[in-house]
Amino acid sequence: MTGRTALLNARLLDPATGLDQRGGVLIENGVIADLGPQTKAGSVGDADTIDCGGHVLAPGLIDMMVSTGEPGHEHRETLATASQAAAAGGVTTIVCTPNTDPVIDDVALVDFVLRRARDTAIVNVHPMAAMTKGLLGEEMAEIGLLSEAGAIAFNNGQTSLINTKVMRNVLAYAKDFGALIVHHVEDPFLSRDAVMNQSEVSTRLGLRGNPAAAEAIILDRDIRLVELTNGRYHAAQISCRASLDLIRAAKARGVPVSCGVSINHLSLNENDIGSYRTFFKMRPPLRSEDDRRAMVEGLASGDIDVIISAHDPQDADVKRRPFADAADGAIGLETLLGASLRLYHNKDVDLATLLRALTSNPARLLGLPSGRLAKGAPADLILIDLDTPWTVEADQLRSKSKNTPFDEAKFQGRALQTFVAGRLVYHYADARKL
Amino acid sequence: MSLAATTSTFSFPHRHLLGIEGLSASDIHALLDLSEEAAKQSRQVVKKRDTLRGRTLINLFFEASTRTQSSFELAGKRLGADVMNMSMGTSSMQKGETLIDTAVTLNAMRPDILIVRHHAAGAVELLSQKVDCSVVNAGDGSHEHPTQALLDALTIRRHKGGFEGLIVAICGDVLHSRVARSNIILLNKLGARVRVVAPSTLLGSGMARLGVEVYTSMHEGLKDADVVMMLRLQRERMTSSLIPSQREYFHFFGLDFDKLARAKPDAMVMHPGPMNRGVEIDSRLADDARSAIREQVEMGVAVRIAVLEALARQLPNAA
Repeated sequence: MTGRTALLNARLLDPATGLDQRGGVLIENGVIADLGPQTKAGSVGDADTIDCGGHVLAPGLIDMMVSTGEPGHEHRETLATASQAAAAGGVTTIVCTPNTDPVIDDVALVDFVLRRARDTAIVNVHPMAAMTKGLLGEEMAEIGLLSEAGAIAFNNGQTSLINTKVMRNVLAYAKDFGALIVHHVEDPFLSRDAVMNQSEVSTRLGLRGNPAAAEAIILDRDIRLVELTNGRYHAAQISCRASLDLIRAAKARGVPVSCGVSINHLSLNENDIGSYRTFFKMRPPLRSEDDRRAMVEGLASGDIDVIISAHDPQDADVKRRPFADAADGAIGLETLLGASLRLYHNKDVDLATLLRALTSNPARLLGLPSGRLAKGAPADLILIDLDTPWTVEADQLRSKSKNTPFDEAKFQGRALQTFVAGRLVYHYADARKL
Repeated sequence: MSLAATTSTFSFPHRHLLGIEGLSASDIHALLDLSEEAAKQSRQVVKKRDTLRGRTLINLFFEASTRTQSSFELAGKRLGADVMNMSMGTSSMQKGETLIDTAVTLNAMRPDILIVRHHAAGAVELLSQKVDCSVVNAGDGSHEHPTQALLDALTIRRHKGGFEGLIVAICGDVLHSRVARSNIILLNKLGARVRVVAPSTLLGSGMARLGVEVYTSMHEGLKDADVVMMLRLQRERMTSSLIPSQREYFHFFGLDFDKLARAKPDAMVMHPGPMNRGVEIDSRLADDARSAIREQVEMGVAVRIAVLEALARQLPNAA
């Protein structure tokens, strides 16, 4: 082992700079030492070489919203199993949510997640911490100390912080520490007891509906609070056209807000629920086809900054129930890239824009040095075959829980190899032999 | 003999002392000079004089106080006044009397000077409009506490000789602090460079327009400071979610030896009291040689003697 590896004969794609050219990447001690057309066989000395066969070499994906079950619900997912699913999906960094048991609202728990990840995970793991103690929305968490301990952002789980004054204080206080607030946007009064999008479909199915306005109301409020405090704010995920309009208007006014969208809301709509299929039950709910189109438009225009998997493992016990009683959530780490590439193959979004929302944009928001092909950046890389067709088989997925809405979906394109700090953590060809 | 007789140019053309706002730099210097004399007198065996002999001074405190109330009482007694203390927490206010009715009632008793503390900003000025005597603001809500700013200024002047170009960092709960407001106004008038250091949740909006440099980090805000003035943190700031916890507050905003090392080597440390040791100030630091906290208390009596003395000259029938 020389500590030097060269990935040669690749199509280098750096979404941050728009670089798209043939060449290679030289990795030294886990960092990109050189890249470009000059990095080729014969120029890399005694480095171990890997022939990329002309496939796309891009920064590894950064997933800003991953729930694991650790600590507290390890039967659903551990940091280890989530990281294996991530690696197989081309995701090299996961940001995990604080809505664990116990809630990540204390320095000792941030430390616990970081140490567990170091010892068991094969990709980078960054915990978000709770914005409020116990996620209860009343008392601000120790944002300064938690940031120092390694919390990468702050989140209130799958609930909005409803006390407007506390939200204002959190935004103002977090700003002093440069801390990013990643907020779920949903009015809990309008969405109480709701189990799907409110529309003709919910009426036909006889299910309680969650109106898109529930999301827009909180997002609108938050944008006004950002204008008041100048805090660092990211809407964790939006799902409807009304929200996109708010984000567009805010950005046009120069308000420093950003937002994410889940791959589910880019790929699916409320009709996929069909006859009460609970694997399509999630929060926010799948919306109308017009809303889905809006999400795709917002992604293409750059108004939506980030695509997340919204990975949320739930076991069969809580999913195989009547729709209204079933748990929300879908897994997504391993299918994130495949489902995203559908948008590219459908010509909805160009490849650089798509990958930007999965790499350099989240890196910028989170202050990570990864997410780009650049000298000195961590060698978190993925080799992507844009064309290989494959079919999702839920029981073959690496997550402990199998609640995917993409079971039996046919995808085109996948990660062939995944590198984290220069180390190969997933190899499709080897994995298939097993 | 009055103290003022020793300072030939003394003039203080005000009936009330409602705030530092409204005083000129020369008013302030005159009061500080007079306070200096009072401080000397207070170190004599015989501390008592007769400037206010026959006069009635009422301490009217709608909010609990230890050092302000007792130092006004002492100041009044040292000048020979009859001093009455009224703690309104247990009196007519609880029976539903309005502030103005209380003022009218007290006015009928013909006091000469009223010392008033109230929890509402502007209340002392309102009361002053309804009485015939002189009124001293001993703290109105989050607005002003002029005698505190004067005693802080006196303490600083004794250590630093003057104010021009001095860097004074006021740290902590600026938003709710009347001490901070009075100090900002006073120090600006006298030519000091004033900084405020606090988390954004404890700063007022438009703070920079008050003529201060605003910092949200102690590390930056204390750099090269000549004076570090700590403010008291009330416990209810935690429950109202302005800050997360005592330990976090102390870690980032509590004054300890590390943070003080950013200030000038001869920086002095001040606190208006009462202190929360281990919350806004390291306990050992509070007792350190650089701490002027005890001296502030001594100067508190001196400044209040000087203020009463100055107002006495404006009283009807004054000699």
